[in-house]
Formats: sequence, C-alpha cells, structure tokens
Amino acid sequence: MTSAHESGLQSFVLLRLGERRFALPASQVAELVAPSRIFRFPHKSVALEGVILRRGRMIAVCDVAEQLTGKRLDTRRFNLLATRKYGHQLDWIAIPVSGECELITVDMVPAGANDSPYVEGWLSHGGEVIEVLRLSALTPGPAETTLPAPLHEFAEARS
Amino acid sequence: MNFPSGAKSHQPRTEQIILFRISGQTFAISSSSVQEVRSVDNIEGMARDLPESHLRKVRHSIRRGDRTLYIVNAAIHFGLQPQSASLVFFLRRTRTALLIDGIEKMTTMTHLQALSLAFQGEERNWYRGLTALDQAVIPVVHPEGFLSLEELTLLESAQFSADARLAAKENPGAYAQ
Repeated sequence: MTSAHESGLQSFVLLRLGERRFALPASQVAELVAPSRIFRFPHKSVALEGVILRRGRMIAVCDVAEQLTGKRLDTRRFNLLATRKYGHQLDWIAIPVSGECELITVDMVPAGANDSPYVEGWLSHGGEVIEVLRLSALTPGPAETTLPAPLHEFAEARS
Repeated sequence: MNFPSGAKSHQPRTEQIILFRISGQTFAISSSSVQEVRSVDNIEGMARDLPESHLRKVRHSIRRGDRTLYIVNAAIHFGLQPQSASLVFFLRRTRTALLIDGIEKMTTMTHLQALSLAFQGEERNWYRGLTALDQAVIPVVHPEGFLSLEELTLLESAQFSADARLAAKENPGAYAQ
C-alpha cells in the first residue's frame, strides 16, 4: 500500500467564494464554523473586518473574496478557520466562504513564475483547474515576526 | 504520607482593568496605568491652549507638578466620531492625559491575547492585545501608545511657542528692547 505522502499526493480543502472554488492545503485548515458575531474595534488594517471569538480564541476575519473574484460575498455560509505560520508562531485567520467545503487528495502542480504571489499551485479536480492559495501572501501579515514587548509581561498572553 | 501543601497551583494570573467608553466603543486599560481620574469640568481652568499643535488630537496641555502633560482626545486618536468627553485619565509614566466619554466598570482579566499578526497598522502600538469578557472582545490599550516620540517632539515645540507667546503677553517690555 502506498501512502498519500509517498505518492506525492496531498490533501486540500476546497472552498467556495461566489461562483469560484479555491483550495487550501488541508494542513492549514483548522475548522469550518458557522458565521458568528464579528467584534469590531478601531484599527488601520483595512483588509480586516474585526475578530470572532471561537473557543476563547480571538481570530481576525479577512474577506478575501473581493481580492480573488472581484466581488464581495453576497452570502457567508461559514468561516473557514485557517492557520499561517510565521517562524515558530502560528497565527489564525477566519475566511468567510459562501458554500460547503470539500476535502480532496490530489497532486498539486507548483505555481510558475508568472502566477500571482498568492498562488501556491494548481490542482485539477472534477473537470476544474483550481488555484491553491498561499494564505501568507493573500492575507495581511508581517514580513518578520516580533511580539510586542508588553505581552511578555503577561502570563496568559498567547497568540 | 502527606504531600507538601505547595503543590503547583494553576491559578491564572489576573490583572485589574478599567473598562471605559469612547464614542460608543469599549476599551480596557490596566488600572495600574491610571494615576488619577478627573472630570473635564475639574481641569478646564488648568488646561492651556496649544494653538500651534499640529496634532488634531491634542489641542491643550496641562501642568502637573514639574511636568507638562498633553491632553489627548482619544476619539480622534482612534479615528472615531468625537463626542463630548466627560473624564480625563492621567496615565502613569506617560505624558498623556486621556479624554474619554466615561467609565463602564472595573473588572479583572485573566487572559490577554496578542493581536493577530494580520493586524499590521498603527493598532500594534495602540493595543497590548485583546481580552474576552462576558462573551465580548475588548481591546486593551497600551498607555504609551497614545503619543509617539515624534508626536511628543512636535508637542514640545508647540508648547515652547505657546509659553513664549504667553511670556511676551505678560511681559511685553522684555521683547520690546
């Protein structure tokens, strides 16, 4: 028996944004949850709407639909909770999606030099060619990670 | 056999905070960062105009002992619609006197979460992080985040001009020569 890892196959989560489908490596997806209250507070990160509260964790909400499809989502059926890795630090982000998600295992063709920075690669599924998203390029984040100093003073601080 | 009573307790560390309102938005600040709370009416007579201030959020200063503090309109600082402020927080170890709308309550937080790294704007200086209280998310402000070093330099210069103007008004002869 050949495992997915040995054969080069990878698992991806297909997500729907309006009429189009995109993919994320399954290893970056934590959960698919129903939309919940977005807590808004003053900030200057225009791509972010606020944060949601999920199991005690406050997760930034970033609607990437407009960037990918040119249109904001009409309906938000779920929030896809995904993680981005900066050094040793895992940073969570909630991405509103407009439909059910699907887990598939396929081969990914790596992105070429002409592809957008947010494209990690391509995969073929159900007659569609689907972009695999690179979340760190699609959603706002730091060039390099440093925690603000005051947080080290508080025992319960965590990312 | 008795185990030593000092078995590790996992009591979370807590911090006393003040929840306060600015233009309908709730914020938190560590109570240890607030030296004094005064009503706006109470300090009106002591506030000095800073006509040459280039910062929209700072129009007045106030003398406290041998230090000049700058009165920061918190609503303008956060880009909110200013309402009539009723209280001033004198923030410890800063040069900020913060105009706020009101205090909601004092409470305790047991958990402070760092801002997500997705937040990359000025808010990284504004907030120590976020806390969740009664199923609501509250940003916890950084007392030193209201005035940057650059802003303080600008304000000191504006204060110098204001002081010089006042001195000239009070003692016109000194400048006539």
